[in-house]
Amino acid sequence: MEAQVLGILQWLLSQVGLWDLVWGYLEPVWTVLWILIKIVVIVAPIMVTVAYLTLAERKILGYMQDRVGPNRVGYWGLLQPLADGIKLLMKEIIIPTGSNKFLFVMAPVLALAPALAAWAVVPFADGMVLANVNAGLLYLLAMTSVGVYGIIIAGWASNSKYAFLGSLRSAAQIVSYELPMGFALVCVLMVAQSMNLGDIVSGQQNGYGMLGWYFIPLFPMFVVYFISGVAETNRAPFDLAEDESVIVAGFHTEYSGMGFALFFLAEYANMILIAALTSVMFLGGWLSPLPQSWVPEVPVLGMLLGGGIHWMLAKMSFFLFVFIWLRATFPRYRYDQLMRLGWKVLIPLTLVWVVVIGAWMQTSYWLW
Amino acid sequence: MKKIINLLKSFLLIELLKGMALTGRHLFSRKITVQYPEEKTPQSFRFRGLHAQRRYANGEERCIGCKLCEAVCPALAIKIEVAEREDGTRRTTQYDIDLTKCIFCGFCEESCPVDAIVETRILEYHGENRGDLYYTKAMLLAVGDKYEEQIAQDRAADAKYR
Repeated sequence: MEAQVLGILQWLLSQVGLWDLVWGYLEPVWTVLWILIKIVVIVAPIMVTVAYLTLAERKILGYMQDRVGPNRVGYWGLLQPLADGIKLLMKEIIIPTGSNKFLFVMAPVLALAPALAAWAVVPFADGMVLANVNAGLLYLLAMTSVGVYGIIIAGWASNSKYAFLGSLRSAAQIVSYELPMGFALVCVLMVAQSMNLGDIVSGQQNGYGMLGWYFIPLFPMFVVYFISGVAETNRAPFDLAEDESVIVAGFHTEYSGMGFALFFLAEYANMILIAALTSVMFLGGWLSPLPQSWVPEVPVLGMLLGGGIHWMLAKMSFFLFVFIWLRATFPRYRYDQLMRLGWKVLIPLTLVWVVVIGAWMQTSYWLW
Repeated sequence: MKKIINLLKSFLLIELLKGMALTGRHLFSRKITVQYPEEKTPQSFRFRGLHAQRRYANGEERCIGCKLCEAVCPALAIKIEVAEREDGTRRTTQYDIDLTKCIFCGFCEESCPVDAIVETRILEYHGENRGDLYYTKAMLLAVGDKYEEQIAQDRAADAKYR
């Protein structure tokens, strides 16, 4: 990829005879520049996806409630995210008296940055990854946990009881659901024998198409991981951190304008991340559900049916749809029910399944 | 045994999947939203919207200044002044309805012996300045003149129930 981009750049600049001059300046910083380019190429589409995910959410929620959702701004409401963005940008940022101003301003950044940083190790297609880290799984667990600091700090710095209660709930919730999430990932890394996300995906390629994906032996873990993911992103039905009917808006009660928008971005970026991770760990990432031998050697069709980034995106879209579907269907958990589900159901289940997988892998019935 | 079945049911998330199937079906169901400015819901001929003062076919205004509407108005939104005209008939010199006070109960319309004050089907009107919704006699007559055809139709449709 790098060589092609450089080649195109060289060809373009050679046309105007500037290549030698420009390359003289570029060469020392090219490595850094190339990484920056890759970051932009990953982050910009995520931001666009977040914007349109808000529209998709309102549309799908509307349709499931027999309404039509936003349809006034642009055809089919397609410019609605833009209008929302402009509205939020123009709004005044109110900093409450008695709040810790530095932390109050920092908190949204702290929430958003880890949500975006985690994307560094997510492989979109074979070799299409920003940082091919061997301990990618650990990095992901670390990053998704750091995200909660933004929420806790936002709640504390706001000097508001609703925000504080929201952040306390969020902290307890994320600590509880980190465990089943971690154990579900332990199963994945036991099966894949690797913490590198790229290797985890290639481990699911065994010539039988989707039968080789880990969601079959790890089906309970697949469900547990997704449920914990929903809880981890503070999405309905686990959105107790921003329980409107009880604590106004939870941790972001006091935020307005762009501060609020950043929390919004973080929540949706996390949703997309969980969707991407679920597809990578359990649904074979960029792999095609068809066995390699079934894919015809036709130019376009073969590329569509074979593995590639489009399968990854399709799987992510499916999980994002499920996120919204869950929100449209289920009422919010009560707090004690939430804790009971985390500690008394999900954690024992994952612990049992770790043992089951460990034993199963020692037998000859292990096919993955 | 029952316990085991219940446990299995809850672990297989059966109830949850049923719920999701329901919302999933509604995703494809017919949407009942009325796209307001383009589509409108049907109105009854008894719809009580903006007021109007009517005239007879010869152009003579119907109102005889009996003040029954002013008396019956529960919101005290109507103000009437009466004087004798040159031809000796009793006519209003002032007939104001403050639409910001009006509760659209339709009592004025009910009480009127000559069907002079009526409520029309018009509901999309607004005022941009203070006082714009204070309708004077001239304004009410103008509304009546403009929509007389519709008003007459609605009165005729309602006549057999009165």
